[in-house]
Amino acid sequence: MIALNASRIALGGAAVLYDITFQARSGEMVALCGPNGAGKTTLLRALAGLLPGIPAPDSRQVAYLPQGARSAWGLTVGEVVALGRLPHGDANHEAVARAMRLCGVMDLRNARIDRISGGQARRAMLARVMATEAKVLLLDEPTADLDPDAAHRIMALLAGFARNGGTVVVVLHALDMVRDYANRMVVLQRGRIVADAPPEEAMPIAAAAFGLPLGIDRRPRLLAPGSE
Amino acid sequence: MIRILAALLGMLMIAGLLLGASGLGWPSREILIELRLPRTLLAALIGAGLGLSGAVLQGGLRNPLADPGLLGIGGGAALGGMLAFYWGMSAMFAPALPIGGLLGAGLACFALFALAGRAPSGPALILAGVAISALAAALLTLALTLAPNPFALAEVTFWLMGGLQDRSLGHLALAAPPILVGAVILLRLGPGLDALSLGEDVARSLGRPVGHTLRWAALGTALVVGGGTAIAGSVGFVGLVVPHLLRPWLGERPSGLLGASVFAGAALLLGADLLARAGPMLLPLAQEPPLGVLTALLGAPFLIRIARKVAP
Repeated sequence: MIALNASRIALGGAAVLYDITFQARSGEMVALCGPNGAGKTTLLRALAGLLPGIPAPDSRQVAYLPQGARSAWGLTVGEVVALGRLPHGDANHEAVARAMRLCGVMDLRNARIDRISGGQARRAMLARVMATEAKVLLLDEPTADLDPDAAHRIMALLAGFARNGGTVVVVLHALDMVRDYANRMVVLQRGRIVADAPPEEAMPIAAAAFGLPLGIDRRPRLLAPGSE
Repeated sequence: MIRILAALLGMLMIAGLLLGASGLGWPSREILIELRLPRTLLAALIGAGLGLSGAVLQGGLRNPLADPGLLGIGGGAALGGMLAFYWGMSAMFAPALPIGGLLGAGLACFALFALAGRAPSGPALILAGVAISALAAALLTLALTLAPNPFALAEVTFWLMGGLQDRSLGHLALAAPPILVGAVILLRLGPGLDALSLGEDVARSLGRPVGHTLRWAALGTALVVGGGTAIAGSVGFVGLVVPHLLRPWLGERPSGLLGASVFAGAALLLGADLLARAGPMLLPLAQEPPLGVLTALLGAPFLIRIARKVAP
Protein backbone atom coordinates (compact mmCIF):
# COMPACT_ATOMS: atom_id res chain seq x y z
CA MET A 1 0.00 0.00 0.00
CA ILE A 2 0.96 3.61 -0.32
CA ALA A 3 -0.34 6.69 1.46
CA LEU A 4 0.14 10.43 1.60
CA ASN A 5 -1.20 12.97 4.06
CA ALA A 6 -0.32 16.60 3.47
CA SER A 7 -2.09 19.88 4.12
CA ARG A 8 -0.20 21.68 1.37
CA ILE A 9 2.13 20.50 -1.41
CA ALA A 10 4.06 23.20 -3.25
CA LEU A 11 5.81 23.05 -6.58
CA GLY A 12 8.32 25.81 -7.28
CA GLY A 13 6.97 27.93 -4.41
CA ALA A 14 3.30 27.86 -5.44
CA ALA A 15 0.88 25.52 -3.68
CA VAL A 16 -0.57 22.95 -6.06
CA LEU A 17 -2.32 20.49 -3.75
CA TYR A 18 -4.29 21.14 -0.55
CA ASP A 19 -5.58 18.90 2.24
CA ILE A 20 -4.53 15.63 0.67
CA THR A 21 -5.48 12.43 2.44
CA PHE A 22 -4.76 9.62 0.05
CA GLN A 23 -4.29 5.93 0.48
CA ALA A 24 -4.19 2.98 -1.89
CA ARG A 25 -4.25 -0.49 -0.39
CA SER A 26 -2.94 -3.70 -1.84
CA GLY A 27 -5.43 -5.37 -4.18
CA GLU A 28 -6.68 -1.98 -5.36
CA MET A 29 -6.49 -0.11 -8.63
CA VAL A 30 -7.10 3.57 -7.94
CA ALA A 31 -7.68 5.96 -10.86
CA LEU A 32 -6.77 9.64 -10.50
CA CYS A 33 -9.05 11.78 -12.64
CA GLY A 34 -9.76 15.45 -13.10
CA PRO A 35 -9.40 18.34 -15.52
CA ASN A 36 -6.00 19.42 -16.85
CA GLY A 37 -4.06 21.25 -14.16
CA ALA A 38 -6.07 19.73 -11.31
CA GLY A 39 -2.92 18.22 -9.76
CA LYS A 40 -3.12 14.56 -10.82
CA THR A 41 0.48 14.31 -11.98
CA THR A 42 1.70 16.29 -8.95
CA LEU A 43 -0.10 13.91 -6.59
CA LEU A 44 1.43 10.93 -8.38
CA ARG A 45 4.92 12.49 -8.25
CA ALA A 46 4.43 13.25 -4.57
CA LEU A 47 3.57 9.58 -3.97
CA ALA A 48 6.71 8.62 -5.87
CA GLY A 49 8.80 10.88 -3.60
CA LEU A 50 9.86 13.12 -6.46
CA LEU A 51 8.89 16.41 -4.82
CA PRO A 52 11.27 18.21 -2.46
CA GLY A 53 10.58 17.59 1.20
CA ILE A 54 8.79 14.29 0.67
CA PRO A 55 10.84 11.21 1.50
CA ALA A 56 11.38 8.82 -1.41
CA PRO A 57 9.88 5.34 -1.03
CA ASP A 58 11.96 2.19 -1.46
CA SER A 59 12.67 2.04 -5.19
CA ARG A 60 12.34 -1.77 -5.15
CA GLN A 61 8.79 -1.54 -3.79
CA VAL A 62 7.40 1.44 -5.70
CA ALA A 63 7.84 1.85 -9.47
CA TYR A 64 6.91 5.02 -11.34
CA LEU A 65 6.03 5.64 -14.99
CA PRO A 66 6.02 9.34 -15.91
CA GLN A 67 3.85 10.91 -18.55
CA GLY A 68 5.45 10.73 -21.99
CA ALA A 69 8.94 9.68 -20.89
CA ARG A 70 11.45 9.73 -23.73
CA SER A 71 14.84 8.14 -23.87
CA ALA A 72 17.72 10.54 -24.42
CA TRP A 73 19.64 7.82 -26.24
CA GLY A 74 18.69 5.20 -28.80
CA LEU A 75 18.55 2.35 -26.30
CA THR A 76 17.04 -0.93 -27.45
CA VAL A 77 13.72 -2.01 -25.96
CA GLY A 78 15.57 -4.77 -24.12
CA GLU A 79 17.99 -2.26 -22.58
CA VAL A 80 15.14 0.03 -21.51
CA VAL A 81 13.24 -2.80 -19.83
CA ALA A 82 16.43 -3.99 -18.11
CA LEU A 83 16.68 -0.54 -16.45
CA GLY A 84 13.80 -1.73 -14.27
CA ARG A 85 16.29 -3.99 -12.49
CA LEU A 86 18.53 -1.08 -11.38
CA PRO A 87 16.91 -0.77 -7.93
CA HIS A 88 17.84 -4.40 -7.29
CA GLY A 89 21.29 -4.02 -8.80
CA ASP A 90 20.93 -7.32 -10.62
CA ALA A 91 20.26 -8.35 -14.22
CA ASN A 92 17.39 -10.75 -13.58
CA HIS A 93 16.86 -11.85 -17.19
CA GLU A 94 13.76 -13.83 -16.29
CA ALA A 95 12.01 -10.84 -14.75
CA VAL A 96 12.97 -8.72 -17.76
CA ALA A 97 11.71 -11.32 -20.25
CA ARG A 98 8.50 -11.80 -18.27
CA ALA A 99 7.82 -8.06 -18.27
CA MET A 100 8.47 -7.85 -22.02
CA ARG A 101 6.10 -10.72 -22.72
CA LEU A 102 3.38 -9.25 -20.46
CA CYS A 103 3.50 -5.92 -22.29
CA GLY A 104 3.82 -7.49 -25.73
CA VAL A 105 7.22 -6.08 -26.64
CA MET A 106 9.25 -9.31 -26.67
CA ASP A 107 9.54 -9.24 -30.45
CA LEU A 108 10.82 -5.67 -30.30
CA ARG A 109 13.58 -6.31 -27.79
CA ASN A 110 16.38 -5.55 -30.23
CA ALA A 111 14.65 -2.55 -31.82
CA ARG A 112 15.73 0.95 -30.87
CA ILE A 113 13.12 2.70 -28.74
CA ASP A 114 13.39 5.88 -30.82
CA ARG A 115 12.63 3.98 -34.03
CA ILE A 116 9.36 2.27 -33.06
CA SER A 117 5.83 3.71 -32.84
CA GLY A 118 4.71 5.83 -29.90
CA GLY A 119 2.38 3.09 -28.69
CA GLN A 120 5.11 0.45 -28.85
CA ALA A 121 7.51 2.74 -26.97
CA ARG A 122 4.84 3.34 -24.33
CA ARG A 123 4.45 -0.42 -23.81
CA ALA A 124 8.23 -0.78 -23.57
CA MET A 125 8.28 1.92 -20.87
CA LEU A 126 5.54 0.07 -19.00
CA ALA A 127 7.53 -3.16 -19.30
CA ARG A 128 10.44 -1.31 -17.66
CA VAL A 129 8.15 -0.58 -14.69
CA MET A 130 6.91 -4.18 -14.55
CA ALA A 131 10.48 -5.53 -14.61
CA THR A 132 11.13 -3.99 -11.19
CA GLU A 133 8.53 -6.40 -9.74
CA ALA A 134 7.47 -3.70 -7.30
CA LYS A 135 4.38 -4.04 -5.11
CA VAL A 136 3.13 -0.54 -5.94
CA LEU A 137 2.83 0.86 -9.47
CA LEU A 138 2.42 4.62 -9.99
CA LEU A 139 1.49 5.20 -13.63
CA ASP A 140 0.85 8.47 -15.41
CA GLU A 141 -1.37 7.91 -18.46
CA PRO A 142 -0.08 4.41 -19.32
CA THR A 143 -2.61 4.04 -22.16
CA ALA A 144 -1.92 7.34 -23.94
CA ASP A 145 -0.78 6.65 -27.52
CA LEU A 146 -2.22 3.12 -27.44
CA ASP A 147 -4.87 1.79 -29.82
CA PRO A 148 -8.13 0.58 -28.14
CA ASP A 149 -7.11 -3.07 -28.16
CA ALA A 150 -3.67 -2.43 -26.68
CA ALA A 151 -5.16 -0.02 -24.14
CA HIS A 152 -7.65 -2.65 -22.96
CA ARG A 153 -4.91 -5.27 -22.76
CA ILE A 154 -2.71 -3.03 -20.64
CA MET A 155 -5.60 -2.08 -18.33
CA ALA A 156 -6.58 -5.73 -17.96
CA LEU A 157 -2.95 -6.54 -17.14
CA LEU A 158 -2.91 -3.84 -14.45
CA ALA A 159 -6.26 -4.97 -13.04
CA GLY A 160 -4.88 -8.51 -12.82
CA PHE A 161 -1.78 -7.17 -11.07
CA ALA A 162 -4.00 -5.48 -8.49
CA ARG A 163 -6.20 -8.60 -8.03
CA ASN A 164 -3.07 -10.57 -7.21
CA GLY A 165 -2.31 -8.29 -4.28
CA GLY A 166 -0.53 -5.41 -6.00
CA THR A 167 -1.37 -1.74 -5.69
CA VAL A 168 -1.93 0.40 -8.80
CA VAL A 169 -2.37 4.18 -8.79
CA VAL A 170 -3.01 5.38 -12.31
CA VAL A 171 -3.71 8.79 -13.85
CA LEU A 172 -6.36 8.26 -16.52
CA HIS A 173 -8.22 10.59 -18.83
CA ALA A 174 -10.28 7.87 -20.50
CA LEU A 175 -13.24 7.65 -18.10
CA ASP A 176 -14.53 4.53 -19.92
CA MET A 177 -11.37 2.77 -18.82
CA VAL A 178 -11.80 4.01 -15.26
CA ARG A 179 -15.30 2.56 -15.11
CA ASP A 180 -14.24 -0.73 -16.75
CA TYR A 181 -11.15 -1.43 -14.66
CA ALA A 182 -10.62 0.72 -11.55
CA ASN A 183 -11.85 -0.20 -8.07
CA ARG A 184 -11.78 3.39 -6.91
CA MET A 185 -11.92 6.75 -8.57
CA VAL A 186 -10.26 9.78 -6.99
CA VAL A 187 -11.38 13.04 -8.58
CA LEU A 188 -9.15 16.09 -8.26
CA GLN A 189 -10.29 19.61 -8.90
CA ARG A 190 -8.10 22.71 -8.44
CA GLY A 191 -5.70 20.86 -6.19
CA ARG A 192 -8.26 19.24 -3.89
CA ILE A 193 -9.66 15.73 -3.75
CA VAL A 194 -13.40 16.20 -4.38
CA ALA A 195 -14.39 12.56 -4.68
CA ASP A 196 -12.93 9.24 -3.53
CA ALA A 197 -15.36 6.40 -4.21
CA PRO A 198 -16.08 3.47 -6.56
CA PRO A 199 -16.30 4.76 -10.17
CA GLU A 200 -20.11 4.45 -10.42
CA GLU A 201 -20.54 6.71 -7.39
CA ALA A 202 -17.77 9.15 -8.24
CA MET A 203 -18.74 9.62 -11.88
CA PRO A 204 -21.34 12.40 -11.25
CA ILE A 205 -18.73 14.39 -9.31
CA ALA A 206 -16.21 13.83 -12.09
CA ALA A 207 -18.78 15.07 -14.61
CA ALA A 208 -19.27 18.21 -12.51
CA ALA A 209 -15.50 18.71 -12.25
CA PHE A 210 -15.17 18.52 -16.03
CA GLY A 211 -18.29 20.67 -16.49
CA LEU A 212 -19.92 18.04 -18.70
CA PRO A 213 -23.40 16.50 -18.52
CA LEU A 214 -23.69 12.94 -17.24
CA GLY A 215 -25.94 10.60 -19.20
CA ILE A 216 -26.39 7.16 -20.69
CA ASP A 217 -25.39 6.75 -24.30
CA ARG A 218 -26.80 3.80 -26.25
CA ARG A 219 -24.85 4.41 -29.45
CA PRO A 220 -22.31 1.70 -30.43
CA ARG A 221 -18.88 1.91 -28.81
CA LEU A 222 -15.87 -0.36 -28.47
CA LEU A 223 -16.08 -2.60 -25.42
CA ALA A 224 -13.43 -4.37 -23.42
CA PRO A 225 -12.42 -7.71 -24.96
CA GLY A 226 -14.89 -10.48 -24.14
CA SER A 227 -17.57 -8.24 -22.65
CA GLU A 228 -20.35 -8.55 -25.27
CA MET B 1 35.35 -4.15 -29.29
CA ILE B 2 37.37 -3.36 -26.15
CA ARG B 3 39.88 -6.02 -27.21
CA ILE B 4 40.30 -4.41 -30.62
CA LEU B 5 40.78 -1.02 -29.01
CA ALA B 6 43.24 -2.42 -26.49
CA ALA B 7 45.23 -4.06 -29.30
CA LEU B 8 45.23 -0.77 -31.22
CA LEU B 9 46.39 1.07 -28.11
CA GLY B 10 49.15 -1.50 -27.58
CA MET B 11 50.43 -1.05 -31.13
CA LEU B 12 50.35 2.71 -30.80
CA MET B 13 52.29 2.50 -27.53
CA ILE B 14 54.99 0.41 -29.14
CA ALA B 15 55.13 2.93 -31.98
CA GLY B 16 55.31 5.67 -29.36
CA LEU B 17 58.39 4.09 -27.83
CA LEU B 18 60.12 3.55 -31.19
CA LEU B 19 59.32 6.86 -32.86
CA GLY B 20 61.52 9.84 -32.07
CA ALA B 21 62.95 13.03 -33.51
CA SER B 22 65.53 10.95 -35.35
CA GLY B 23 62.99 8.67 -36.96
CA LEU B 24 61.89 5.11 -36.22
CA GLY B 25 64.27 2.87 -34.31
CA TRP B 26 65.27 1.42 -30.95
CA PRO B 27 66.43 4.32 -28.80
CA SER B 28 69.07 4.40 -26.11
CA ARG B 29 67.95 3.38 -22.66
CA GLU B 30 68.15 6.96 -21.45
CA ILE B 31 65.95 8.38 -24.17
CA LEU B 32 63.50 5.55 -23.76
CA ILE B 33 63.05 6.02 -20.02
CA GLU B 34 63.49 9.78 -19.77
CA LEU B 35 61.60 10.93 -22.86
CA ARG B 36 59.58 8.42 -24.81
CA LEU B 37 58.13 6.34 -22.01
CA PRO B 38 56.71 9.29 -20.05
CA ARG B 39 55.45 10.96 -23.20
CA THR B 40 53.73 7.80 -24.45
CA LEU B 41 52.22 6.98 -21.08
CA LEU B 42 51.09 10.56 -20.55
CA ALA B 43 49.35 10.69 -23.93
CA ALA B 44 47.55 7.42 -23.22
CA LEU B 45 46.65 8.39 -19.65
CA ILE B 46 45.41 11.89 -20.49
CA GLY B 47 43.52 10.65 -23.56
CA ALA B 48 41.90 7.90 -21.52
CA GLY B 49 40.71 10.43 -18.95
CA LEU B 50 39.38 12.82 -21.60
CA GLY B 51 37.53 10.07 -23.47
CA LEU B 52 36.02 8.66 -20.28
CA SER B 53 34.93 12.04 -18.95
CA GLY B 54 33.32 12.84 -22.30
CA ALA B 55 31.32 9.60 -22.20
CA VAL B 56 30.25 10.24 -18.60
CA LEU B 57 29.27 13.87 -19.16
CA GLN B 58 27.28 13.16 -22.33
CA GLY B 59 25.41 10.43 -20.47
CA GLY B 60 24.94 12.43 -17.27
CA LEU B 61 23.79 15.62 -18.98
CA ARG B 62 21.83 13.66 -21.62
CA ASN B 63 23.46 15.85 -24.21
CA PRO B 64 25.52 14.58 -27.16
CA LEU B 65 27.39 17.90 -27.25
CA ALA B 66 28.66 17.73 -23.69
CA ASP B 67 32.38 17.53 -23.12
CA PRO B 68 34.75 18.52 -20.31
CA GLY B 69 35.22 21.98 -21.83
CA LEU B 70 31.50 22.67 -21.47
CA LEU B 71 31.58 22.60 -17.67
CA GLY B 72 34.38 25.15 -17.40
CA ILE B 73 36.68 22.64 -15.74
CA GLY B 74 39.17 22.73 -18.63
CA GLY B 75 38.97 26.53 -18.58
CA GLY B 76 39.61 26.59 -14.84
CA ALA B 77 42.65 24.34 -15.24
CA ALA B 78 44.04 26.54 -18.02
CA LEU B 79 43.53 29.65 -15.90
CA GLY B 80 45.18 28.03 -12.88
CA GLY B 81 48.23 27.04 -14.92
CA MET B 82 48.35 30.46 -16.51
CA LEU B 83 48.41 32.18 -13.12
CA ALA B 84 51.32 29.98 -12.04
CA PHE B 85 53.14 31.24 -15.12
CA TYR B 86 52.06 34.76 -14.61
CA TRP B 87 53.56 35.25 -11.21
CA GLY B 88 56.71 33.49 -12.27
CA MET B 89 56.11 30.59 -9.89
CA SER B 90 56.70 28.03 -12.60
CA ALA B 91 60.10 29.57 -13.36
CA MET B 92 61.22 29.06 -9.78
CA PHE B 93 59.51 25.75 -9.22
CA ALA B 94 58.62 23.69 -12.31
CA PRO B 95 55.72 21.65 -10.89
CA ALA B 96 53.94 24.92 -10.00
CA LEU B 97 52.35 24.93 -13.44
CA PRO B 98 50.58 21.56 -13.22
CA ILE B 99 49.74 22.17 -9.57
CA GLY B 100 48.21 25.49 -10.58
CA GLY B 101 46.22 23.66 -13.25
CA LEU B 102 44.90 21.14 -10.75
CA LEU B 103 43.99 23.88 -8.28
CA GLY B 104 42.23 25.79 -11.06
CA ALA B 105 40.22 22.69 -12.02
CA GLY B 106 39.32 22.10 -8.38
CA LEU B 107 38.23 25.70 -7.94
CA ALA B 108 36.12 25.55 -11.11
CA CYS B 109 34.49 22.36 -9.80
CA PHE B 110 33.76 24.02 -6.46
CA ALA B 111 32.28 27.08 -8.21
CA LEU B 112 30.19 24.74 -10.37
CA PHE B 113 28.52 23.19 -7.32
CA ALA B 114 28.08 26.56 -5.63
CA LEU B 115 26.31 27.90 -8.73
CA ALA B 116 24.29 24.81 -9.66
CA GLY B 117 22.86 24.35 -6.17
CA ARG B 118 22.68 21.45 -3.78
CA ALA B 119 20.77 19.11 -6.07
CA PRO B 120 22.23 19.94 -9.48
CA SER B 121 20.17 19.03 -12.52
CA GLY B 122 21.43 18.86 -16.10
CA PRO B 123 20.46 22.34 -17.39
CA ALA B 124 21.57 24.07 -14.16
CA LEU B 125 24.97 22.40 -14.38
CA ILE B 126 25.43 23.29 -18.06
CA LEU B 127 24.49 26.94 -17.48
CA ALA B 128 26.82 27.23 -14.51
CA GLY B 129 29.57 25.53 -16.53
CA VAL B 130 29.15 27.90 -19.47
CA ALA B 131 29.34 30.86 -17.06
CA ILE B 132 32.53 29.53 -15.47
CA SER B 133 34.02 28.81 -18.92
CA ALA B 134 33.34 32.36 -20.05
CA LEU B 135 34.77 33.82 -16.85
CA ALA B 136 37.90 31.67 -17.05
CA ALA B 137 38.41 32.57 -20.72
CA ALA B 138 38.01 36.28 -19.97
CA LEU B 139 40.48 36.18 -17.08
CA LEU B 140 42.89 34.17 -19.20
CA THR B 141 42.78 36.75 -21.99
CA LEU B 142 43.17 39.56 -19.47
CA ALA B 143 46.22 37.89 -17.97
CA LEU B 144 47.69 37.37 -21.46
CA THR B 145 47.25 41.03 -22.44
CA LEU B 146 48.83 42.18 -19.18
CA ALA B 147 51.70 39.69 -19.38
CA PRO B 148 54.89 41.21 -17.97
CA ASN B 149 57.22 40.10 -20.76
CA PRO B 150 56.85 38.71 -24.28
CA PHE B 151 58.73 35.51 -23.47
CA ALA B 152 56.26 34.57 -20.80
CA LEU B 153 53.47 35.31 -23.23
CA ALA B 154 54.92 33.01 -25.88
CA GLU B 155 55.53 30.24 -23.37
CA VAL B 156 52.03 30.41 -21.95
CA THR B 157 50.41 30.53 -25.38
CA PHE B 158 52.37 27.48 -26.42
CA TRP B 159 51.32 25.58 -23.31
CA LEU B 160 47.70 26.56 -23.84
CA MET B 161 47.71 25.14 -27.35
CA GLY B 162 48.47 21.78 -25.85
CA GLY B 163 51.43 19.47 -26.25
CA LEU B 164 53.50 16.75 -24.63
CA GLN B 165 56.99 17.76 -25.71
CA ASP B 166 59.76 17.26 -23.15
CA ARG B 167 57.50 15.82 -20.46
CA SER B 168 59.35 13.75 -17.91
CA LEU B 169 58.63 10.98 -15.42
CA GLY B 170 58.09 13.76 -12.89
CA HIS B 171 55.19 15.05 -14.93
CA LEU B 172 53.82 11.54 -15.11
CA ALA B 173 54.02 11.21 -11.34
CA LEU B 174 52.11 14.46 -11.01
CA ALA B 175 49.36 13.65 -13.52
CA ALA B 176 48.79 9.96 -12.76
CA PRO B 177 47.27 10.14 -9.25
CA PRO B 178 44.44 12.60 -10.00
CA ILE B 179 43.67 10.98 -13.35
CA LEU B 180 43.58 7.48 -11.90
CA VAL B 181 41.43 8.48 -8.93
CA GLY B 182 39.11 10.45 -11.22
CA ALA B 183 38.83 7.53 -13.64
CA VAL B 184 37.88 5.14 -10.83
CA ILE B 185 35.14 7.56 -9.75
CA LEU B 186 33.85 7.95 -13.31
CA LEU B 187 33.89 4.24 -14.12
CA ARG B 188 31.56 3.52 -11.19
CA LEU B 189 28.82 5.83 -12.50
CA GLY B 190 27.46 3.47 -15.19
CA PRO B 191 24.13 2.49 -13.54
CA GLY B 192 23.38 6.09 -12.54
CA LEU B 193 24.00 7.26 -16.10
CA ASP B 194 21.78 4.52 -17.54
CA ALA B 195 18.98 5.49 -15.18
CA LEU B 196 19.28 9.11 -16.31
CA SER B 197 18.65 8.21 -19.95
CA LEU B 198 14.92 8.07 -19.17
CA GLY B 199 14.94 11.45 -17.41
CA GLU B 200 15.61 12.79 -13.95
CA ASP B 201 12.28 11.65 -12.45
CA VAL B 202 12.78 8.06 -13.59
CA ALA B 203 16.39 8.08 -12.39
CA ARG B 204 15.26 9.17 -8.95
CA SER B 205 12.46 6.59 -8.88
CA LEU B 206 15.04 3.93 -9.74
CA GLY B 207 17.02 4.97 -6.67
CA ARG B 208 19.72 6.88 -8.60
CA PRO B 209 19.05 10.59 -7.95
CA VAL B 210 20.45 12.90 -10.60
CA GLY B 211 22.20 15.18 -8.11
CA HIS B 212 24.24 12.33 -6.73
CA THR B 213 25.32 11.09 -10.17
CA LEU B 214 26.18 14.56 -11.48
CA ARG B 215 28.15 15.53 -8.36
CA TRP B 216 30.43 12.53 -8.74
CA ALA B 217 30.63 13.05 -12.50
CA ALA B 218 31.81 16.64 -12.04
CA LEU B 219 34.29 15.68 -9.33
CA GLY B 220 35.74 12.83 -11.39
CA THR B 221 35.95 15.10 -14.42
CA ALA B 222 37.73 17.80 -12.42
CA LEU B 223 40.39 15.30 -11.31
CA VAL B 224 40.83 13.74 -14.74
CA VAL B 225 40.75 16.93 -16.79
CA GLY B 226 42.60 18.98 -14.19
CA GLY B 227 45.43 16.45 -14.19
CA GLY B 228 45.42 16.28 -17.99
CA THR B 229 45.23 19.99 -18.75
CA ALA B 230 47.86 20.75 -16.14
CA ILE B 231 50.38 18.61 -18.02
CA ALA B 232 49.31 18.81 -21.65
CA GLY B 233 47.54 22.16 -21.86
CA SER B 234 44.15 22.51 -23.48
CA VAL B 235 43.46 19.45 -25.59
CA GLY B 236 39.94 19.67 -26.91
CA PHE B 237 37.69 17.42 -28.94
CA VAL B 238 38.80 14.06 -27.51
CA GLY B 239 36.02 13.96 -24.91
CA LEU B 240 33.46 15.13 -27.43
CA VAL B 241 34.41 12.77 -30.26
CA VAL B 242 35.19 9.49 -28.49
CA PRO B 243 31.62 8.61 -27.41
CA HIS B 244 30.33 9.42 -30.89
CA LEU B 245 32.94 7.15 -32.45
CA LEU B 246 31.89 4.28 -30.20
CA ARG B 247 28.07 4.49 -30.33
CA PRO B 248 27.65 2.95 -33.83
CA TRP B 249 29.61 -0.11 -32.62
CA LEU B 250 28.51 -0.48 -29.03
CA GLY B 251 24.97 0.93 -28.96
CA GLU B 252 23.92 4.01 -27.05
CA ARG B 253 23.55 2.75 -23.47
CA PRO B 254 25.78 5.14 -21.48
CA SER B 255 27.29 2.49 -19.19
CA GLY B 256 28.22 0.39 -22.23
CA LEU B 257 30.52 3.15 -23.47
CA LEU B 258 32.59 3.80 -20.35
CA GLY B 259 35.17 1.04 -20.55
CA ALA B 260 35.66 1.38 -24.29
CA SER B 261 35.98 5.16 -24.06
CA VAL B 262 39.04 4.73 -21.84
CA PHE B 263 40.84 2.77 -24.55
CA ALA B 264 39.49 4.81 -27.46
CA GLY B 265 40.46 8.10 -25.80
CA ALA B 266 43.94 6.79 -25.02
CA ALA B 267 44.39 5.52 -28.59
CA LEU B 268 43.10 8.74 -30.10
CA LEU B 269 45.33 11.07 -28.12
CA LEU B 270 48.35 8.81 -28.49
CA GLY B 271 47.74 8.63 -32.24
CA ALA B 272 47.46 12.41 -32.39
CA ASP B 273 50.65 12.78 -30.39
CA LEU B 274 52.47 10.37 -32.72
CA LEU B 275 51.35 12.52 -35.64
CA ALA B 276 52.61 15.60 -33.80
CA ARG B 277 55.98 13.90 -33.31
CA ALA B 278 56.12 12.78 -36.93
CA GLY B 279 55.00 16.21 -38.15
CA PRO B 280 58.46 17.77 -38.57
CA MET B 281 59.66 14.62 -40.40
CA LEU B 282 56.74 14.42 -42.82
CA LEU B 283 56.09 18.09 -43.45
CA PRO B 284 58.31 21.14 -43.75
CA LEU B 285 57.62 22.24 -40.19
CA ALA B 286 60.20 23.89 -37.95
CA GLN B 287 58.63 22.28 -34.89
CA GLU B 288 55.88 19.94 -33.78
CA PRO B 289 52.34 21.11 -34.45
CA PRO B 290 50.44 21.66 -31.15
CA LEU B 291 48.58 18.58 -29.94
CA GLY B 292 45.32 20.47 -29.38
CA VAL B 293 45.37 21.59 -33.00
CA LEU B 294 45.87 18.02 -34.20
CA THR B 295 43.06 16.55 -32.10
CA ALA B 296 40.72 19.19 -33.52
CA LEU B 297 41.93 18.47 -37.07
CA LEU B 298 41.37 14.74 -36.51
CA GLY B 299 38.12 15.12 -34.61
CA ALA B 300 36.26 17.68 -36.71
CA PRO B 301 35.84 15.54 -39.86
CA PHE B 302 34.60 12.61 -37.77
CA LEU B 303 32.08 14.83 -36.09
CA ILE B 304 30.90 16.27 -39.41
CA ARG B 305 30.38 12.73 -40.71
CA ILE B 306 28.38 11.80 -37.62
CA ALA B 307 26.31 14.97 -37.90
CA ARG B 308 25.40 14.08 -41.47
CA LYS B 309 24.42 10.57 -40.44
CA VAL B 310 22.26 11.83 -37.56
CA ALA B 311 20.49 14.42 -39.73
CA PRO B 312 17.17 13.09 -41.04
